[in-house]
Amino acid sequence: MPPLESSTAEPDAAAVEAGLDALDTPVRPADKKSGWRRFVRSVLPPVAFLVLVIVIWQALWAAAFWPEYQLPAPIAVWRELWSQFTNGDAFGFVWTSVHRAVLGFLIAIVIATPLGLLVAKVKLVRAGIGPFLSGLQSLPSVAWVPAAVLWFGVEPAAMYVVLLLGSVPSIANGLVAGIDQIPPILPRVGKVLGAGRLAAARHILLPAALPGYLAGLKQGWAFSWRSLMAAEIIASSPLLGKGLGAYLDDGRFLNDMSTVIAAIFLILLVGVGIELLVFRPLERAVLRARGLSGAL
Amino acid sequence: MTATLGRPGVEPATGRAVRLSGVHKTFGQGDDAVTALAGVDLDVAPGEFVCLLGASGCGKTTLLNLIANLDRPTAGDIELTTSRPAVMFQEAALMPWLTAAANVELPLKLAGVGRAERKTRTGELLELVRLSGAGAKRPHELSGGMRQRVALARALASATHTENGEERPSLLLMDEPFSALDAITRDVLQAELMRIWEATGSAVVFVTHDVREAVRLGQRVVLLSSRPGRVVQQWRVDGLAGQDEVNAVDVINRRLREVISSHAAA
Repeated sequence: MPPLESSTAEPDAAAVEAGLDALDTPVRPADKKSGWRRFVRSVLPPVAFLVLVIVIWQALWAAAFWPEYQLPAPIAVWRELWSQFTNGDAFGFVWTSVHRAVLGFLIAIVIATPLGLLVAKVKLVRAGIGPFLSGLQSLPSVAWVPAAVLWFGVEPAAMYVVLLLGSVPSIANGLVAGIDQIPPILPRVGKVLGAGRLAAARHILLPAALPGYLAGLKQGWAFSWRSLMAAEIIASSPLLGKGLGAYLDDGRFLNDMSTVIAAIFLILLVGVGIELLVFRPLERAVLRARGLSGAL
Repeated sequence: MTATLGRPGVEPATGRAVRLSGVHKTFGQGDDAVTALAGVDLDVAPGEFVCLLGASGCGKTTLLNLIANLDRPTAGDIELTTSRPAVMFQEAALMPWLTAAANVELPLKLAGVGRAERKTRTGELLELVRLSGAGAKRPHELSGGMRQRVALARALASATHTENGEERPSLLLMDEPFSALDAITRDVLQAELMRIWEATGSAVVFVTHDVREAVRLGQRVVLLSSRPGRVVQQWRVDGLAGQDEVNAVDVINRRLREVISSHAAA
């Protein structure tokens, strides 16, 4: 055995460190699955399920299990949809509802964000408002429709009130949850790095709470959309324009199940479309940047 | 035993970066009150490397938080003649949504430093911790040791800017910064810290429960007792090497064990 001392020359400290860095750096699993395979794995299953549902539907209709006015043929619903699209009415319904939902949702963000910050950071506000905010979240916003109509008449203002009462609590609660889940070390670090209250909110609190906030936004959007549909179904008036909810109510009024199902389909389509086109990519980008992309 | 070892007092250093006099800290009130620190006096000279050593519950972290102004003493005075202290914790606590470079840049941004100067300074600091190539990476793409070096660079960025155009001595506060790392990485980072300390001339207060680490890094080791924390004894361990260093570790270790076993009786 060679003597223990000075058997080898001491390697340069920088070289040792560089070697350690290379060895210890987390190895990222190769994320090189082809786009085609990702497509097959994520799109095929829901499409297959949809096909299955339609097949069962067709079979039930063919068996004449229920009368036609309760269960129309899939092709009858398709024809209704197609005619609404070809004569352009469907775009009108969707636009009336979606522009109102988006506008209301944006107003909800503007109201809910400072509200959530206040509830999360000011003890007295949390003690006072917090329980009501959580309670409001579990109150179906349809319950506000009669009140809103009595206060504002059957006008767009009533729609917005119902929508805001539905979505503001979700967004604010999401932000509160996001802030509550921030590791306590981060605000401390902010303080020793010299951040005042405002700078800490802007540079540390809000970005750290972003995943929770985003979850709240997602839920807030869902609640906005639901509340608006409920309000449109219950309160209809020429002043409001004809949205998807009113179109759905037409179906009930005319005893036309094809219209009802077509309207439900369109309402679902908008909900799922916004989720997939807006929230899913946003959430993905935020989580991936933080190395939390496991779930998506 | 070396001549400098085992002397109860240490001669006052020239100038002062930190002065603690009669610092008390009590948590809670009434019967539930816990006294973490009971009358700590401590001076740190500019550029001096002091290790605070003690078992769990000796209030060393509390003491560091007080110096860092994260908490206020119940009684006593803390005077800093330095710029805002740079603080490093046991975890790197990097902002997970920012790249390594943006993390280092954050304190400069908070201090209102201009964009061009921020970029230059960030580059210099990453260079200092030998991470020039990793600036664009996110914390989760770095190893534990690399994260801790980014945290060091960020801490230095928060401290080394001058205040009101007046150059003040800098101060680095470290709370067991290497204790969560593996032994090889810890060894390398200790050497790294010595290099950076010599390069920046910053005073360092380093909290640890590892006697060997304290003796290797520090110029002075301060032993704190537990519950409540007080300064029990101090040793000057500057420039010890070989057998002297081994002896110093032995002596301090024995004293630490005495302090700990005194709690068994109580």
